[in-house]
Amino acid sequence: MNTQQLKQYIIKFQSIIALLLMCIVLSFLSDSFLSGENAWNVMRQISVNVIISVGMTLIILTGGIDLSVGSILALSGAVTATLLKFGAEFIDMNLYIGFTLMGALVGGTLAGTVLGWFNGLTITRFKVPPFVATLAMLTIARGLTMLLTGGFPITGLGNNMAFIGTGWFLGIPMPVWISALIVLAAAVVTKKTTLGRHIYAIGGNETAAALSGLKIKKVKMMVYAIAGALAGIGGIIVTSRLDSAQPNAGFGFELDSIAAVVIGGTSLSGGKGTIMGTVQGALIIGILNNGLVLLNVSPFWQQVIKGFVILLAVVIEKFNSKEE
Amino acid sequence: MNKQKQSQPILEVKNVSKDFSGVYALKNVNMEIFPGQVTAIIGENGAGKSTLMKIVSGVYTDYDGKVELNGEEITFKNPKEAAEKGIVIIHQELNLIPHLTITENLFLGQEITNKFGLLDYSTMNKKAKELLHRLQLDINPATPLNQLRVGQQQLVEIAKALLLESKVLIMDEPTSAISDHEVELLFSIINDLRAKGVAIVYISHKLKELFEIADRYAVLRDGENAGAGMLKGTSRDELIQMMVGRDLRNSFSKQEIKHGDEILRVENLSFQNPENKKDYLVHDVSFSLKKGEILGIAGLMGAGRTEVLEAIFGMYPKYVTGKITVDGREMQIRSVNDAISAGIGLVPEDRKLQGLILNMDVEKNNTLASLDQVSKFGFISKIKEEKLSKHYVDKMNTKVSSSKMSVQKLSGGNQQKVVIAKWLATHPKILLLDEPTRGIDVGAKSEIYKLINELAAQGMGIIVVSSELPEILAISDIIIVLSESKLTAKLNRNEASEEVIMQAALVEKE
Repeated sequence: MNTQQLKQYIIKFQSIIALLLMCIVLSFLSDSFLSGENAWNVMRQISVNVIISVGMTLIILTGGIDLSVGSILALSGAVTATLLKFGAEFIDMNLYIGFTLMGALVGGTLAGTVLGWFNGLTITRFKVPPFVATLAMLTIARGLTMLLTGGFPITGLGNNMAFIGTGWFLGIPMPVWISALIVLAAAVVTKKTTLGRHIYAIGGNETAAALSGLKIKKVKMMVYAIAGALAGIGGIIVTSRLDSAQPNAGFGFELDSIAAVVIGGTSLSGGKGTIMGTVQGALIIGILNNGLVLLNVSPFWQQVIKGFVILLAVVIEKFNSKEE
Repeated sequence: MNKQKQSQPILEVKNVSKDFSGVYALKNVNMEIFPGQVTAIIGENGAGKSTLMKIVSGVYTDYDGKVELNGEEITFKNPKEAAEKGIVIIHQELNLIPHLTITENLFLGQEITNKFGLLDYSTMNKKAKELLHRLQLDINPATPLNQLRVGQQQLVEIAKALLLESKVLIMDEPTSAISDHEVELLFSIINDLRAKGVAIVYISHKLKELFEIADRYAVLRDGENAGAGMLKGTSRDELIQMMVGRDLRNSFSKQEIKHGDEILRVENLSFQNPENKKDYLVHDVSFSLKKGEILGIAGLMGAGRTEVLEAIFGMYPKYVTGKITVDGREMQIRSVNDAISAGIGLVPEDRKLQGLILNMDVEKNNTLASLDQVSKFGFISKIKEEKLSKHYVDKMNTKVSSSKMSVQKLSGGNQQKVVIAKWLATHPKILLLDEPTRGIDVGAKSEIYKLINELAAQGMGIIVVSSELPEILAISDIIIVLSESKLTAKLNRNEASEEVIMQAALVEKE
């Protein structure tokens, strides 16, 4: 009975245990790992992944997937930078609108929201499988980014903009604040609201959810729009940190994000998983990246190792759910 | 007919029993199948026909008793082994792969290859063409299967069985989806095969067909033998007599309930088949239900019973026409949500696929359809939710160690109670129950009957669809019978009996 309980606890806290083990091993192997500076470094590096992974978690909980977050992130960053630097100019109407920083941020986030909403639309109205719909959006959003920027970075966005990605507030980096607030909000939504309950129910059994009167299409549209908005916020942070909107920003981010969700124990078939799990998943990837860099492991090997960690996480998860 | 052929059965079933987790599907069944004859197997839904055929053809491998082929005991590990011995089954559900061509489907698993080990399409196509021609199905065998009508697909399924040179050919409802012309074709092929000495086992609900094609009959009732013999000289009524006559073993006392005003009126309800616009799943059905009344819907598999409930519940608004009046007000039910706000709840046929979120706990399943009651501004109140769930767990006597227990771990009966509770929490005026006691044990069954009665006593209108006639007879105040999508009888409690219902359920289109 006692060993059984112990087993249950190990299963419950497996990601935290894995995290602790990693930290202990790395602090022995590298002198610079265990320092306040490095800790904030890691947190800041993962904050963008955490933000988009929150959206990814919601989508995967409904049984879907979003491959377009990286591209949406780039477009939102480019929209924000364009609005801030050039404003919106309508030559035909002889109209020019300048944007404040706040206006540009809202514009950038809105751009992400609209594209996410469009994902939801194609998936629910036209019944395109999420994999295909968001794969198409991956290309579309990247193309729009190129059109908007002409393929060149937009630089020189000013100190106020730079504060979002590089500033500190009350001793904590801004990106960490933003990601923490988003995580908190998402945790509340998933645990305490009807929307959250509906997300889990749809992923658990869409037929039963529909027969219980749940508005499947509405919930899915909402979830994809939220994921788009979060990718937009991610885009703003990336743009701010680099002081430039790069047309190829966010390349491959969708994979890191899916990896964080999966390592965090969320089932790709939907209905099972938590936001906090995803945060732990992102932390594991972040610390792994950081540690491998500190240990001077070649970037090529880093990719191989990361791949195996993802496999290991999923195998352990399968094994555990059988145990239950 | 050849005397020698008759005296020696090719296939013999001896004292075969089979149970599914304690519930007997077959009990000491004996049967003889003769070469050169068509044997019809008859019985109600759930009488054990399909189970028996699955044993004979190697689908089910663990059973008690013996199956003998030509006097030798046989035990198959899988259907392929049975097919190699010459026992071939044409299943009721199509076992074909939609994106492959007719030829590819016909030769699936027994492809012909050339000397390089590559598929020899020209030989296969040629053979396929001959075979199709025999079935008067003049379609290019390279056509993908999904471009064929369902009836044509069924013929392909039959062609596939013919390819196997079978000694015993089992056909499970082969005519359920094919046209009259195709039925004639099928019969001429059966006649050919019979002349060649093949033993044919023919399962069908259509008695008229059986009298046309079969030589012998064997009746199953409740998984037991209920009669067998030559069909010649046996009347339709005698067969029906053998099929029915079960009694509900757990005694059930029907309470006298005063019926109130009309709560539901359904007029000219029709439900078009989404896959075939000319076909109707429900055709022009009308009935009325009073407060406190229990209406039973009887009929054979595929008669349109479930579809009546689905139509009322707004699941296929595009294909449904007719007038639905709830509590004196005509309702436009265009979605499940409309149905729920009109005060209707549906306990679906398959609780695992349609009723429950299996990886959620009892509490969350209980409140799934009534979350608004326990939440404010979209935030769920844990306390209110727990209270609501506990109320129904207690009321229904659902056996759970905690309401935080996953519904996956509950027994069938308790799972069903969770689904019913989900709807009771929405305070419905009308509750639709589709096979409410399927696959649950006797104790839980009588609890659910009791519950249905209580709900009726509180003034709810209740509709129950069930394949079990004794169940329908025991709990219903009025019974409607469907056959081939149409309403064929409307019976009061005192005028209904298994025979009367069976007669109405077997009414066929002329």
